[in-house]
Amino acid sequence: MDADSLLLSLELASGSGQGLSPDRRASLLTSLMLVKRDYRYDRVLFWGRILGLVADYYIAQGLSEDQLAPRKTLYSLNCTEWSLLPPATEEMVAQSSVVKGRFMGDPSYEYEHTELQKVNEGEKVFEEEIVVQIKEETRLVSVIDQIDKAVAIIPRGALFKTPFGPTHVNRTFEGLSLSEAKKLSSYFHFREPVELKNKTLLEKADLDPSLDFMDSLEHDIPKALVPSLAYSPSILIPELPFFQDGRRM
Amino acid sequence: MGDLPPYPERPPQQPPNRRTSQASQRQHSQDQVQPPAADPEEGQQIAPDARRNAPGWSQRGSLSQQESLLMPRAFQAEEAQMGSMEYPSMNTGFPLEFQPQAYSDESRIQAAELTTSLMQRLQQGQSSLLQQLDSTFPEPPVNPLDPFNLYQTDQFSEGAQHGPYVRDDPAFQFSPSEMGFPHYSAEVPEPEPLELAVQNAKAYLLQTSISCDLSLYEHLVNLLTKILNQRPEDPLSVLESLNRTTQWEWFHPKLDTLWDDPEMQPTYEMAEKQKALFTRSGGGAEGEQEMEEEVGETPVPNIMETAFYFEQAGVGLSSDESFRIFLAMKQLAEQQPIHTCRFWGKILGMNRSYLVAEVEFREGEEEAEEEEVEEMTEGGEVMEAHGEEEGEEDEEKAVDVIPKPVWKPPPVIPKEESRSGANKYLYFVCNEPGLPWTRLPHVTPAQIVNARKIKKFFTGYLDAPVVSYPPFPGNEANYLRAQIARISAATQVSPLGFYQFSEEEGDEEEEGGAGRDSYEENPDFEGIPVLELVDSMANWVHHTQHILPQGRCTWVNPLQKTEEEEDLGEEEEKADEGPEEVEQEVGPPLLTPLSEDAEIMHLAPWTTRLSCSLCPQYSVAVVRSNLWPGAYAYASGKKFENIYIGWGHKYSPENFNPALPAPIQQEYPSGPEIMEMSDPTVEEEQALKAAQEQALGATEEEEEGEEEEEGEETDD
Repeated sequence: MDADSLLLSLELASGSGQGLSPDRRASLLTSLMLVKRDYRYDRVLFWGRILGLVADYYIAQGLSEDQLAPRKTLYSLNCTEWSLLPPATEEMVAQSSVVKGRFMGDPSYEYEHTELQKVNEGEKVFEEEIVVQIKEETRLVSVIDQIDKAVAIIPRGALFKTPFGPTHVNRTFEGLSLSEAKKLSSYFHFREPVELKNKTLLEKADLDPSLDFMDSLEHDIPKALVPSLAYSPSILIPELPFFQDGRRM
Repeated sequence: MGDLPPYPERPPQQPPNRRTSQASQRQHSQDQVQPPAADPEEGQQIAPDARRNAPGWSQRGSLSQQESLLMPRAFQAEEAQMGSMEYPSMNTGFPLEFQPQAYSDESRIQAAELTTSLMQRLQQGQSSLLQQLDSTFPEPPVNPLDPFNLYQTDQFSEGAQHGPYVRDDPAFQFSPSEMGFPHYSAEVPEPEPLELAVQNAKAYLLQTSISCDLSLYEHLVNLLTKILNQRPEDPLSVLESLNRTTQWEWFHPKLDTLWDDPEMQPTYEMAEKQKALFTRSGGGAEGEQEMEEEVGETPVPNIMETAFYFEQAGVGLSSDESFRIFLAMKQLAEQQPIHTCRFWGKILGMNRSYLVAEVEFREGEEEAEEEEVEEMTEGGEVMEAHGEEEGEEDEEKAVDVIPKPVWKPPPVIPKEESRSGANKYLYFVCNEPGLPWTRLPHVTPAQIVNARKIKKFFTGYLDAPVVSYPPFPGNEANYLRAQIARISAATQVSPLGFYQFSEEEGDEEEEGGAGRDSYEENPDFEGIPVLELVDSMANWVHHTQHILPQGRCTWVNPLQKTEEEEDLGEEEEKADEGPEEVEQEVGPPLLTPLSEDAEIMHLAPWTTRLSCSLCPQYSVAVVRSNLWPGAYAYASGKKFENIYIGWGHKYSPENFNPALPAPIQQEYPSGPEIMEMSDPTVEEEQALKAAQEQALGATEEEEEGEEEEEGEETDD
C-alpha cells in the first residue's frame, strides 16, 4: 500500500487479523519517507510482511514513473533500516523452489539441500551427493517475485498506458462501482501481460488499449473469489497480498 | 451556371436566400438556354437586367429585388430543360476552380461568357451576404426550406443522370444538387462530393422532430454511446428496448437518486442491523438507577482491553470492529443464559467470515437441546436394528444364498458429554456483528477424525455441504466445530502457574493416568516477567485437553458392547470377535508446557516475540503458533488471552493433496457356491441355439416315431 495512505489502508485490510503494532506503524511511516527521498522513487509501496521464526521481514517496493517497470524491493527487519534486494532471476526461483518450510528470519541463513548429481568421470557415472546451499535472501527474493506475479492485482482503470509507452496512475480514477467491483473482469494482474497475446481478435476488439493492457483475473485457474466488500469500494487497492505470512512452499 | 458541380462543394447549411439565388441563377441559365437561337436576345435581355441590377448587386438590399424578379420566372421554367445540360453551362461561366463537365455544350459557352462577369459579381456579392447569413444560422430548420421542397422534388423526379455526382437516396428531400451554391469565396477549398453528401446527410439527421426538441442525430448518438459503453451480449436483440430507454432517459433526466439506491442497499442493511447493537436494551435511560444496574457484572469480558493488547502485538482486528464485536457479545449474553463467555476469534471464509464466541452455560441450562439431539440418534439406531433382523429372515427364504459381506462398519465412537473434553464449551458463531448468533452442535469423534484428513476452505454459510473424500459426516457447521475443537486443543495456552489442578486425590486414581481434565485458577499467581515468557517455552502451558487420534479427549474402547448391540445379532458378532484389540490411546496430560510440543520439520512449533523491542519494560509477550497459523496468545503481568484469526487450517509444508479414493473392492470371491463366468457372446448363444434346435429336431423325430408307435398301440 502506498506510503501516503498507509494508515488508512492498514485499517481496511485489518479484517484478516494481520496488523501492525503502533510502534511499527510509526516507524514505517518515517522510514518509508526517507527511503523515497534517498532512492528517488516516485512511489513507495509497503508490500507486506513475511513471518519468520526468529524475526519478521518487512518488505517495501519502490516504483519509478512507469508503473509497470520492474520494481525495486527492499526489506527491513525493524522497519527503520532498509536494504535493497537484488532483482529476481529465473535461476533464483528455480533454486529456491526446493526449499520448504518457514523462513528463519535471518537473511544470511543458508539452507542446505542435498541433491544427487551425476558426475561423469571418464566412462563411469557416479552419483554424488552435493549439498547446495541457498541463502535465505535468495529465497526471499524469489518468494516475493512469485507472490507478485501470482497475486498482485489492480482494478481496471487505475492505470492507463500512453502511446509513448510508460504506464501512469490514472488521477481521475475514483474506484469501481459496486456492480463492477463484483466482477472478476474488472481486476487485472499487476504485471507484464502474458495471456493478452493469446486472445482472439474478437476479444481484442472489445478491449480499450489504453486501459486493458494487462491480464484479467477472469481466466485464472483456480477461480478467485471476489470477497464481499464491506467497505466502500472507491479506494485504490494496488497491493492486495498483504495477508502473506511466509508460509508458502 | 454550374449549379451542380458547385452544389456538392458548398456547405449544406444554406440560408434560404441562397436557394432563391440558386433559383435565380438557374433561371439565368434557363433564360439563356431555352431559346438558344435567341441568345443574343437574351444576352441583351439579361445584359440590361444585369446592368440594371449590377449596381444593385453591390447592395444587399437589391439582391432581394433581383430574387423576387426572378422567382416567378423560376416556377414557370420548363422542368424538362432543367437538366444537367444546363448546369455545365453555368459551370463554364466560372472558370475559377470549377471543372467543366464532359457534356458541356459549347453553344452555351458563348452565352455564358456574358454572364461570367455578372455571375462573378453575383458570387462576390452573395459571399458577403452569405457569410453574414452563415454566422447567424445555427441549423437548417425544416420549415423555411419547405417552400422549396416542392420545387426540388419536382426536379428530383426527373431522375436525370448527373453523372459523376453522388446521388443521395431519392427518399431524401434534399439532394446535393439543390443544396449547392456558387462559391462565395475563392479561398474556401472545395470539399469532395462524398464529404458534401455526408454533410448533407448529417444536416438531415440534425433536424429536430416536430413534437419535441430531440433530433434524430442526437438520439442515435445517445443510443450508440450507450451500446458501446455497456456492450451487451446480443445488441441486435436488445436494440428495441434500448431505443425506448434511451428516448425515455432523454426526457426524464436523472435528477433523483433512484439509480443509486439499489446499489447501496447491502451496506445500508448492514448498518441498520448494527445500529440495533448500539441501542441499549430495556428502553431508554432512566437516570441513575439504570446506570447502577448496568455497572454490575456481565459475563462479557473486556474485549477492548484484549484488543488493545493484541494490537500491541500486531494482531487483531481494527478497533471499531472490535467494539462492534463487544456489543454483539453483549447481545449474546442477554439472549442466552451464559455463565462465562470469551471471544474465541475469527475464522475467515471465502464469502463470509465467522466470528466465534466460546461460551459456557449456566448449570442445567443447556440440557434441553441436548436431549432432542440424543433422541434423534437413538431412533436411528433402533431403525438399524430392525433392518438387521429383517435381513436375517429374508436370507433364510432366498433360494440362492447371497454371500454376506464380511465388512462391518467400525463401531461408532460415542461423542463426549457436554462440558467435558472437546465439548467443554459451547460455541456460537455469527457472520457479522449485528447478525444473530447461531449455536454450533457438539462435535463427535468421527467428525474430528475426518476433519484431520481433509482441508476445505469455509464458504461462510453454515449449511453448506462439505464435499470431500473421505466424506465428511456433516455440513459446514460440523466441520467448523471440528476445526474449532482442534485449534482450541492445540493452541490454547496460558502462562505457567495461572491454572493449577484442583486438589482432589480421587481423580488421579480413578482416571488411571489418563489425565485430569479440570483445573482452576490459581489465586496466588503473580505473573511471570515478560522477558522470561519470551525466552523459554516452558513458561507456557496448554490448558485444553489434547485430542487423541480417536477423536476424543478421554479414551473409549470401541469394542465395548452396549446393551443394544448385544440384543441384536449375537450370532454374527461372536464370529467376528477377536481380531481387533485396540490399544488405549494416551495423550499428553493437561497443563503440559509448550516446550514438550512436537517439532514440525525440525522447526519449533511456537514463536515468541516481544511486542515492542524499543521499550521492553512496557511491552507484552506474544506467542505465535507455527502449527496453526493465526493462533496468538499474549501475556502481560497477570493478564493473558488467546485468540485465533485465520483460515482454520493447519500448517503443512507440502501442498495439500486430497486423499485418493480407495482401491476398487473385490467382488465376491470365487468359490464352489459362487463362480464368476463371463456371459456368452451373441455368436455363442446362436450356435447353442442352433445346436439345440438340431438336437430337438432329432428328438422330435424319435418322439414322432414313438408317438406313432404309441398311437398305433392306442389305436389298437
